[in-house]
Amino acid sequence: MSNRPITEDDLHAHVDGVLEPERQVEVGGYLEGHPDVARRVAAFSDQRDLLRKALAPIADEPLPPQLNLSRIIEKRQRRPSPVWWAVAAVLMLSIGGIGGWVTRGSLQTPSGGLAALAQEAAYSYHVYAPDRVRPVEMRASDSAQLVQWVSNRLKQPVKLPDLTGAGYRLMGGRLIATSHGPAAMFMYDDDRGDRLVVLTRPMASEQSAPMAPHSGGDVSGFAWADDGMGYSLVGQAAAESLKPIANEVRRQARTI
Amino acid sequence: MSDMLRQVEPVIPALRRYARALVRNRAAADDLVQDCLERAVSNWGQRRDGDPRPWLFTILHNLAVNQFRHTASRGKHIAIEDANEDDFGQDAVQEQKLMYQDVLEKLARLPEDQRAVLLLVAVEDLSYADAAKVLDIPLGTVMSRLSRARERLQQEIEGTADGAPKKVVQLRSMK
Repeated sequence: MSNRPITEDDLHAHVDGVLEPERQVEVGGYLEGHPDVARRVAAFSDQRDLLRKALAPIADEPLPPQLNLSRIIEKRQRRPSPVWWAVAAVLMLSIGGIGGWVTRGSLQTPSGGLAALAQEAAYSYHVYAPDRVRPVEMRASDSAQLVQWVSNRLKQPVKLPDLTGAGYRLMGGRLIATSHGPAAMFMYDDDRGDRLVVLTRPMASEQSAPMAPHSGGDVSGFAWADDGMGYSLVGQAAAESLKPIANEVRRQARTI
Repeated sequence: MSDMLRQVEPVIPALRRYARALVRNRAAADDLVQDCLERAVSNWGQRRDGDPRPWLFTILHNLAVNQFRHTASRGKHIAIEDANEDDFGQDAVQEQKLMYQDVLEKLARLPEDQRAVLLLVAVEDLSYADAAKVLDIPLGTVMSRLSRARERLQQEIEGTADGAPKKVVQLRSMK
């Protein structure tokens, strides 16, 4: 018999049946001498038993088709790489050429430059990222059509960033209305369900601008412009963890 | 792929049970499990070797918490599912079902973090250490939440939850 005092943790381990046999004996002896504690422990055991019985039928239900794992695996294997689709879309759309988008301008502040783009991206994040039902209009499985659609509307070849290297999976995207014309929004999420938004549109002013951080409320991000296209990446993660992702988006966009 | 199938498929019923006990709505729970399985399939290479259960529960739990966060910010209330109305006429069975229904309703009144610990440990048989990993909290916090969850549920069961706190024999102060 050890002289270690019985702890609250021992009592719970006793209820859950995970004590070492020797300790089990010691706890058993303690409970015999302390009927009030024993009653409480017995109540916890009853509780545990009741919960298990009450919830057991759920695990016995036949699995619905949506939870058929073979089908989920098959679906993922059939999905073509987004990069390949982006290449195909660029080939199809390169005929559209650069330019052609004339901004209507806006009297509202901030200007048509990076600040406005960053603001639009933050608005889009706030509106669409919390949406559990339809955060994107076209899902990742239709990424080819998505790229084609937004490239047509932006009159620019748009490249879909692939962020799997950073742990973010494409959810899909949609077209966003801004006071500077249409913008393409792509949404990503990681294993924790944290979401990121990448917004891109042609730039009337600041056609090339270095990457700059921006933040507001509970979101932060980075915005930049290259060759007439502006980009902003927004998320709830810390700015330092978003920076490498923004760099990756920029790197991929430059390889068009 | 067959390795994934062999290891993940047997866990699906438990994942459903955990999701249902957390969100209390069949369709919402199964959507969460589906989301969890899709992530598990695409990130299978990133898991650590060994028992895949803690890894799967971690993915599922994070998805559920995220959903809580979003539904809480919208103030949406998820309806409690009605009990099945079959098996009428068998008093004993009916009484037992009511008792089960009752304990689940009491469980639902616990704070979400206490409920999660109790479910993972007492229902899903995760070790205390694995529960700590799933919830990303220290082991000591698992133990104190477990203790609080059991006390609180017991108060609910004994109908003392709303009144003055019942005097309990406590071996150590609760964190």
